[in-house]
Amino acid sequence: MEIPYTYKARPDTGLYNAKVGIWLFLASEIMLFGALFSAYILLRVSAPLGFWPDVALAWPRGLLNIPIGTFNTAVLITSSVTVVLAWAALKMNNFARFRVYMVITVLCAFAFLGIKSFEYNDKFSHYVIRLQDGKALTGHIEVDGKHPRFWNFSDQWSLAKLADKKVTKIKVEVDPERDINGHPKKGASHHHEVEVAVSDIVSLGSYTPATHPFFAVYFLITALHGLHVLGGALVLGYFAFPGAKMWKSNPEQFINRIEVGGLFWHFVDLVWIFLFPVVYLL
Amino acid sequence: MSLKAFHIVFVAASVILMAFLSGWSFLAYQDTHSTEYLVWSLCAASSVVGLVIYGRFFLRKLRNISFL
Repeated sequence: MEIPYTYKARPDTGLYNAKVGIWLFLASEIMLFGALFSAYILLRVSAPLGFWPDVALAWPRGLLNIPIGTFNTAVLITSSVTVVLAWAALKMNNFARFRVYMVITVLCAFAFLGIKSFEYNDKFSHYVIRLQDGKALTGHIEVDGKHPRFWNFSDQWSLAKLADKKVTKIKVEVDPERDINGHPKKGASHHHEVEVAVSDIVSLGSYTPATHPFFAVYFLITALHGLHVLGGALVLGYFAFPGAKMWKSNPEQFINRIEVGGLFWHFVDLVWIFLFPVVYLL
Repeated sequence: MSLKAFHIVFVAASVILMAFLSGWSFLAYQDTHSTEYLVWSLCAASSVVGLVIYGRFFLRKLRNISFL
């Protein structure tokens, strides 16, 4: 028995099965990301004064790299344009152009993930160090000539681990001073290196989820979004190559598949359009 | 909603984001007088114009495809 409305639209709704399915799925995704966004907003507005943002450290403003975030936004917007142009190319019966646009889309997805992992790495090696005299330093640290890396959790340092390894001094590449809005202060010296005695340190933590609720939510939402980008890229890559055989056997259904894939891709990009100003700019 | 309609929504959201980024950068420029922020603001403003032009081109190109 043939399943009805797999590629032809149902007359009463004007929709084929997969389109109903993807919109139901996207509705559940909106609830998932909506809950996480709400968690972020509630944490932020209910934080005690001086804790979020931490005025002394200009937190959370100035923590994320806005030029990189903007570039990644441009990459995702480009990928949405190319995915819709791929679908339009199929509608116009131009398979070769479809494949070119689809490959560009997948390349954009991997470029986004590559840039994001670069950002993650920067955060994992970026520390906040509170000193005995009440001051706090932020910057990248170097212990025994090595910088911590995010793909190697054993590189992460804590006060206990420094004591355990009998490290007496660490080098800190101190961030330039920032104003309350996170902008570098006028005339503030750029990164400069200082040596800090471990005995002067009260606490030390990298820009990771355990250090501050901002990072907990930032990593949770961006990692979940990154997984969606990866999943979408794999599916679109499948449609561009092995899955493209359907173009010969059932072109109408193939076009519908690309539309459904494109709808998911647009949703993932739309999440980023909201995420970028919320965590980077505000 | 078809991919065509969703794409229009997406382009509209991108236009709003870029307009916001342009305004944000301009305010940062007023605070800091750093030329970088001014350039940033102008780039974001020009991308607003670019996205609006693209949106019109897209609607013209796909005028025969349904919004449903």
